[in-house]
Amino acid sequence: MKYRTPSDMSRRHFMQHMATAAATIPAMNFLSHVQANAAQVRKNQKSCILMWMGGGPPTIDIWDLKPDSKNGGEFKPIDTAAKGVQISEHMPMTAKVMDNLSIIRSMSTREADHGRGRYYMHTGYVPNPTVVHPTFGSVVSHSLTPKRKALEIPSFISVGGGGGDAGFLGMTHAPFVVDSNGQIRNAPSEASKKRLPNRLAMLEAIENGFIESNRGELPKDHKDVYVNAKNLMTSTQMAAFDVDKAAPGLGLGPESQETKDAYGTNGFGQGLLMARRLAQVGVPFIEVNMGGWDLHNDVFNTLKDQRLPQLDRGIAALTSDLKQRGMLDDTVIVWMGEFGRTPRINQNVGRDHWAASWSTVVGGGGLNNGQAIGATDKDGLGIVGKSYLPGDVWATVAHALGIPLSTVHTSKRGRPMKIANGGTPIAELIG
Amino acid sequence: MSRWRLVITLAACSTLLTPAFGQDRTRTGGDKDPVVLKINEFIAQGWSDNEVKASEVATDEEWLRRVYLDIVGHIPSAEQALAFIKDTDEQKRTRLVDALLADPAYVRNMSTIWTNNCIGRGTPRRVSRTGMSKFFREVFARNRPWKDVVVDIITAEGHFEKNGEVNYILAQMQNNDDAVQLTAKTAQLFMGIQVQCTQCHNHPFNDWKQDQFWQLNTFFRQTAKVDHRRFDENTGRRVDDYSEVVNRGGFDGKVNFEKRSGLMQVAYPIYFDREVELGKYVDDMNLREELAKFLVQPEVEGGAPLIAKSMVNRTWGHLFGYGFTRPVDDMGPHNAASHPELFEYLSAQFVESGYDVKKLIRWIANSDAYKLTSKFGETNKIDDPAAGETPLFSHMYIKSMQAEQLYNSLIIATNAHKAGKMDYDAAERRRNRWMQQFVTAFGTDENDEQTTFNGTIPQALMMMNGELVEDAVNLQSGSFLHSLLTGRGKAAEKVNTLYLAALTRKPSRMEINRVNKLVRGYPRGAEAAAWQDLFWALLNSNEFIFVH
Repeated sequence: MKYRTPSDMSRRHFMQHMATAAATIPAMNFLSHVQANAAQVRKNQKSCILMWMGGGPPTIDIWDLKPDSKNGGEFKPIDTAAKGVQISEHMPMTAKVMDNLSIIRSMSTREADHGRGRYYMHTGYVPNPTVVHPTFGSVVSHSLTPKRKALEIPSFISVGGGGGDAGFLGMTHAPFVVDSNGQIRNAPSEASKKRLPNRLAMLEAIENGFIESNRGELPKDHKDVYVNAKNLMTSTQMAAFDVDKAAPGLGLGPESQETKDAYGTNGFGQGLLMARRLAQVGVPFIEVNMGGWDLHNDVFNTLKDQRLPQLDRGIAALTSDLKQRGMLDDTVIVWMGEFGRTPRINQNVGRDHWAASWSTVVGGGGLNNGQAIGATDKDGLGIVGKSYLPGDVWATVAHALGIPLSTVHTSKRGRPMKIANGGTPIAELIG
Repeated sequence: MSRWRLVITLAACSTLLTPAFGQDRTRTGGDKDPVVLKINEFIAQGWSDNEVKASEVATDEEWLRRVYLDIVGHIPSAEQALAFIKDTDEQKRTRLVDALLADPAYVRNMSTIWTNNCIGRGTPRRVSRTGMSKFFREVFARNRPWKDVVVDIITAEGHFEKNGEVNYILAQMQNNDDAVQLTAKTAQLFMGIQVQCTQCHNHPFNDWKQDQFWQLNTFFRQTAKVDHRRFDENTGRRVDDYSEVVNRGGFDGKVNFEKRSGLMQVAYPIYFDREVELGKYVDDMNLREELAKFLVQPEVEGGAPLIAKSMVNRTWGHLFGYGFTRPVDDMGPHNAASHPELFEYLSAQFVESGYDVKKLIRWIANSDAYKLTSKFGETNKIDDPAAGETPLFSHMYIKSMQAEQLYNSLIIATNAHKAGKMDYDAAERRRNRWMQQFVTAFGTDENDEQTTFNGTIPQALMMMNGELVEDAVNLQSGSFLHSLLTGRGKAAEKVNTLYLAALTRKPSRMEINRVNKLVRGYPRGAEAAAWQDLFWALLNSNEFIFVH
């Protein structure tokens, strides 16, 4: 039997929080105490922020270093705020917030092609010619949107694309793709907003005939998407996309230069900042894409000089910011790409595609963070002990978001599909 | 202003309403080409085997719009639609297919599709979109045998604008990846098989083994890309010049690769089970030419070469929305074809015809199945590939317009093609610039991309608020709407023209009633706005954006 604190937090989890709160001095200050309290007053809507590492990140150089192996490469591990967990020396800021994150070091996922890996990691299912599985953002959108009546903007937002399809869950749960600068292309002018009611009335008169003409579901989907687009166009929540805008009723102000700098003035950093704002207005799933990980050549210089400084800053800023706002326990952070990269260093000082043994990272969400779960062998070539699939990661996320794991979707063909492909939440994280 | 009044009395419009069209098959061609008859036979067999009854033949309007979009990549103009509807020739559908295949817009449409297939919509670095599209324009204008086209592309060498076919290879060589992407993409695009996962392990579902990936890869290992730079006198800097594909020496014909077990193995140039005799000096051989020889031979187990089957499958998929396999580029024993005998037959006929792409399209577009409506009912509701069922082609499947089709169609719908002729390249550049708003890169080095022109909100926003549609509904002097409204004719006729221009059909009585009712709600003097809003609504409708 488990001991539980009154807030239904596990005892161990609670203790960890107490310990780390005392030990860590926040490196960045994102808001005053007054604001912090105001933020906490808002009811706690859960969301997930997925950091997608397009191209397949070399996790052996970031989260699971092998300094004593010939495969180890150039980087050294450093200690972190999570006891006993070491990460790359080029992730110093993230190291300070590692107590809020956990590394899953025993991913073994088989698909080492970009397209297939992207599909598998996003959906939990391997590609299958007869069905398009929903990407997990669409699953979350489908499960949580009905409970978010106040949300007027799309419930699955992808900053920079790459999020996949809604598949059999339907077009209304497809990712809404925006650029990291937050500008919505083809947003309406004031003049066209005024004309919208008349135009939509005309449209209604024309569309319905085609919907009723027995040509399948697409004509109706089209109409539903237009309803969503209209809601978006006329919503004050649009301000969440623009880091320079205030949305008074939503507790969102323009972001200070200090905050922008803390996240990093690059696409990834600004995308994460936007993601935090979107989570604040109640968007349940936000994906932020960071590309450039397909490092077949010159892996160490590229990591050290380009990729890791941005990544480090972004993760650290998001984690601290969410924490200071009291949002971290309600926001699950997921970090993954389509696969890892070969432990063996190739002749171009690069690493190729590798799915057999690699790492993903999760954090926040009220999970038991500050751990490294699972392990790879001394050269990073295989998993020691239990290994995990993407479905297990997504099942953990579903658990943290309060989506029942008994959820079963039905494909258009009537085939039952278990959420997260029937994966099991990772015991150490939810304990 | 009074000439612009939209309110039309029922009496005025009832005479313009036409009865339901073309429900009898007599006016639908009845093509006697033996290949078409054979296609009809195979497809009908599928219907009876699965106990479905096919949908009705599509009306002239429905079929006309579809065949234009599929073959020339845009909707018909209002005049073209009227002329076709009035035509009473029994062979008019067959005649139109021929006319469209002879239209320069067919060449443009096919070049666009194949340029996108080969280099993507966002042009990769040091690749010439102009060169690639010029190559394909010539291919489709001269209707060159598809076999020769594939061989040209696979064996391409030289300057990226003089020898435009090299751009396919340049686009796959963005990355110093030992031609891995070139291998995978060639298999997928031209051979219709997906082998990319076998780079690292045996294929989970079919016979492809890891060593076969690397055997295919060996054929490309003499291939190299050279990016030339030149001195710019104006700036005093070195700048990008042309790129080219060359064959480099020094490759011994062997490729080392790593098994999952960590063991290293060697692969030789072998195409399935056919091996190239490596002479003493591999440098004296052109391995891509060796591969091309294999590609045009019948497969070992009999049957048409993969490059023929792949093209047949893609073309069928292009016209019906679903190919014989799903997706069209994943053929193989693990993925059973919906109509295996028809697929074999049509592939054999394609080879027999000398890989004649126009003939292939002509056969498919003249088949009974292609003439059916996209409406379906109780008798064939199980024929629903969108729900994962095997397609039976007992009704047409709805497909979404591609961004290029939309762009071109808006130009036709608003008569913009008649106002001021732009030269081909300038028009292409303008369209490509507009296209870029929908292209999102995935961030991999393989230069793969996705489009947000996929029926979701960004596309809806573009249609609702974007410049293209705003231009289409503008009322400035000389615009389509302005000319229509200030021109001769009754309001009812003008409504008909708007519907024809956008949806290739006239409005029904009920639609006119609904529109009338809405128009009465506009304040006096705002009639022009009512016309604009009606045209906006037509262009934003589901019926407009779907190919049905």
